[in-house]
Amino acid sequence: MGNFMKRTMLLAGLAVLLGGCEGDWGWYVVDPRTASGWTNLKFLFGGLWYTILLSLTAISISVVVGLLVALPGLSENRFLRGINRVYVEIVRAVPILVLILWVYYGLPQVMDISIGVFWAGVIALALSDSAFQAEIFRAGIQSIDRGQYEASQSISLGYADTMRYVILPQAIRRILPALGNQLVYMLKMSSLVSVIGMQELTRRANELVVVEYRPLEVYTVLVLEYLVLILIVSALVRRLERRMQADDRR
Amino acid sequence: METGKSDAAISLRNVSKYFGDFRALNDVSLDVRTGERVVVCGPSGSGKSTLIRCVNRLEKHESGTIRVDGVELDNGRRSLDAIRAKVGMVFQQFNLFPHLTVLENLTLGPLRARKKSPDEARELAMRYLTRVRIPEQADKYPRQLSGGQQQRVAIARSLCMEPQIMLFDEPTSALDPEMISEVLEVMTELARSGMTMVCVTHEMGFAKGVADTMVFMDHGEIVETAPPETFFAAPETERCRDFLQKILHH
Repeated sequence: MGNFMKRTMLLAGLAVLLGGCEGDWGWYVVDPRTASGWTNLKFLFGGLWYTILLSLTAISISVVVGLLVALPGLSENRFLRGINRVYVEIVRAVPILVLILWVYYGLPQVMDISIGVFWAGVIALALSDSAFQAEIFRAGIQSIDRGQYEASQSISLGYADTMRYVILPQAIRRILPALGNQLVYMLKMSSLVSVIGMQELTRRANELVVVEYRPLEVYTVLVLEYLVLILIVSALVRRLERRMQADDRR
Repeated sequence: METGKSDAAISLRNVSKYFGDFRALNDVSLDVRTGERVVVCGPSGSGKSTLIRCVNRLEKHESGTIRVDGVELDNGRRSLDAIRAKVGMVFQQFNLFPHLTVLENLTLGPLRARKKSPDEARELAMRYLTRVRIPEQADKYPRQLSGGQQQRVAIARSLCMEPQIMLFDEPTSALDPEMISEVLEVMTELARSGMTMVCVTHEMGFAKGVADTMVFMDHGEIVETAPPETFFAAPETERCRDFLQKILHH
């Protein structure tokens, strides 16, 4: 609720500021003091939950897929490395918007299934992000000293245990800033899922604009929604980083 | 094919190893009896580290045979696991796991590779930590310890796997001079307990005190093998004489 209040205050402040400018403003569409304005605002904020849910689900999947794709990329086996390269190059080459359209309209035909907008969005975002996650994990794992593997081998740890207990905990600490970056990127890219009708922040703004004919005001609110959301996420990621650095200094 | 004698802990026959065009080991043969303490010395690049790294297959030899306790080291997973279970290794750079406490460093192998219970693993760890005389550091992180303490933790970590053979790869070379003796004391104590040891080191005082056999290597070959009394008093070859002169009278 604290965030909600902060957001409202920020909005109100900006409304006053911009309201004083020359031009044809119509802040009444998002004025919380009027009944219709309040309804509109609630409608816009209602997309927040879907944006967050969509992004978090997608990034959870893409982190796992990215790791699974990164591991063969670190193999001495050329064939396994090839799998990693092909996956990364192909997935990275497809624009996210195109992938969203293809997964939503194309995939159900190919696989003879029906996918809702939410899962179509999740699959497309996760797929697209997984190629970048794979590269991040590969770089992170490669940055770990060879001696860590040798020490693990010398105490008879197998590959899975070495990765799980020795290499990944260190690698993840190092790639945490990059993972935070990807999360922010994901929150922004989730706006593209609006094109297939997902009721997240951007879609709701679009729908409201069609009803109210007030794109400037509605999209300004939209900009602020993303801004506040991402500032909060950035702060959380930085806090996590600081905590891990503090761990390291113990 | 010639097989190792029944009491041979380690038996190398005509072992060769190349790094690209560089011949790191050239037709090396060496027997180490159970309970024998062997010190390997020689100029840098002479292949001494490569020699012991081949014994637990951190390096793969190209030709010849290596047997550890009667088991021949081949490309099979089974022989590798069997040999790594018998052989402990201490590295020049310690290679402790920086994200784990001292105790966790020690219990990781027993827990994951040996499937011991947490209580057993902890008890084992504390026993060896006491043996290297730093039980009070159990809950610290490696970075909080001095170099000498870190190397003693690394020795304890190896001992927790209850190996029959210990390999030391220049264990004191990365240490500040005032910390060398505490590590050598632990190694000497280990030697007195009857552990089979192969140590690559330039600590000639230690060598004179504990070695049963001195091995001098140069250009990937074993040039001289002798008990320390003969080795230090009357080295047979010019190369060995040169080397000893340099490291004993610098």
